[in-house]
Amino acid sequence: MSRIGKRKITALLTIVALVGMVFAGCAKKEDNGNQQAKSRTLQEIKDSKKVVIGVFSDKKPFGYVDENGTYQGYDVYYGNRIAHDLGVEVEYVPVEAASRVEYLRSAKVDIILANFTVTEERAKQVDFALPYMKVSLGIVSPEENLITDAAQLNGKTLIVSKGTTAETYFSENYPDIKLLKFDQYSDAYNALLDGRGDAMSTDNTEVLAWALENEGYSVGVDALGNQDTIAAAVQKGNTELLNWLNEEIKTLGEEQFFHKNYEETLKPVYGDAANADNLVVESGEVNE
Amino acid sequence: MWQSAIDVLFQGRNAIRLLEGLWVTIRIALISIALSILLGMLFGFLMKSERRLVRFLCKIYLEFIRIMPQLVLLFLVYFGLARTLQLNLSGESASILVFTLWGTAEMGDLFRGALESIPKHQYESGMALGFTNRQLYVQVILPQTIRRLLPQAMNLVTRMIKTTSLVVLIGVVEVVKVGQQIIEATRLTTPGTALVVYSVIFFLYFMICYPITRIAKRLEQSVEGGS
Repeated sequence: MSRIGKRKITALLTIVALVGMVFAGCAKKEDNGNQQAKSRTLQEIKDSKKVVIGVFSDKKPFGYVDENGTYQGYDVYYGNRIAHDLGVEVEYVPVEAASRVEYLRSAKVDIILANFTVTEERAKQVDFALPYMKVSLGIVSPEENLITDAAQLNGKTLIVSKGTTAETYFSENYPDIKLLKFDQYSDAYNALLDGRGDAMSTDNTEVLAWALENEGYSVGVDALGNQDTIAAAVQKGNTELLNWLNEEIKTLGEEQFFHKNYEETLKPVYGDAANADNLVVESGEVNE
Repeated sequence: MWQSAIDVLFQGRNAIRLLEGLWVTIRIALISIALSILLGMLFGFLMKSERRLVRFLCKIYLEFIRIMPQLVLLFLVYFGLARTLQLNLSGESASILVFTLWGTAEMGDLFRGALESIPKHQYESGMALGFTNRQLYVQVILPQTIRRLLPQAMNLVTRMIKTTSLVVLIGVVEVVKVGQQIIEATRLTTPGTALVVYSVIFFLYFMICYPITRIAKRLEQSVEGGS
């Protein structure tokens, strides 16, 4: 009896201790919410002869690895130029969408160039440089009934994914368009293939790539709605590196660097379906 | 369509890249498993310590590792240590550390369970025959323990090998990630690649895990024959 009693007490104590540890862990996390590892300064990067850049390794055509194991894409093209102008080698670290902020805060990388869309929420955690790309909405529809203007959709059915900017934009600005909403992208695209709607809308880069894979469909509208910008990011407070990147973007604007980048990396994928000026940002200036 | 998808495997360095990825997987798995077996045995004995405090601390460690998903541990070690202690581990070292912590806890518990499952009369008979403590363990208890431990230990080993696919989330490119990179790079041109690449990865995992279960089976038989 006394042995069972002892065991119970030990078990109870263990549980209490564990619960305590979990709470302590949570509390600690809140305290250290702003704590970050020390990032490298511009001089330290130059001295080490290597800049570490976080990119996507499986998001063609922005950041991917080709059959020779070399990083390629629009983001990487820019990354190579940054390294060249810093006069250092470049090391690419493959990142996932959800951990991009964490890579900067733990100073695992100097710069993130992983198709990072600028949002208010993210700007509280990292510092964004001037943008080098912009995304807006695109509309893809069957070629025989191509939609070339959003107004043509009045009274018709438009397919969107729940929680996307497309859903908010059309319900606010085009109340006469019937929206057919899906939880997943794949379901939304399948609905368009089945003819359950007249057109489908989401980020223009997404619809452009999709239209290429699916014969008989084209993107009639490739720049609509509020533009989101895509920019390089550095750790919050690494002003020196941030300023250098901003200066770099301005210098590159003079030689229309990102148009050249588009020609080399995005044009082969999007072909004539897209217009460079709807995607590319030069000198960090976005003209609405 | 299938022909072109299979061709993708042999374009450029794709096949070599997959094998390089596999080597990363094997390296992380083997180092962590070897360390886990050694440390796990020590941990198993510690869990049977006469001191209550030691047993209590072991219990807390085991429960902590069990409750935490491996992914959370990976993030804590890779990002957390860098942020709080300025300890900047490479992705691979962080992975080996986490898998060793996990393997030690699980292996230790299996070892403890196997030790405890040996009937009391085995100890008593041994002592009655005048075996020293060392002889008792080496000649009587351990062979029986290992036989009981092997099936579960092999289960843990194959589980650890397969769980290494998580390390991509801290930037370590192992075989599954290489596969995804190949699929994504050819998604627009060769749509059938996904199935081919994943079949190859399935085969590669099979090639590592199957020999391990075979070896375990033979070990089990040889220990059985010996006792």
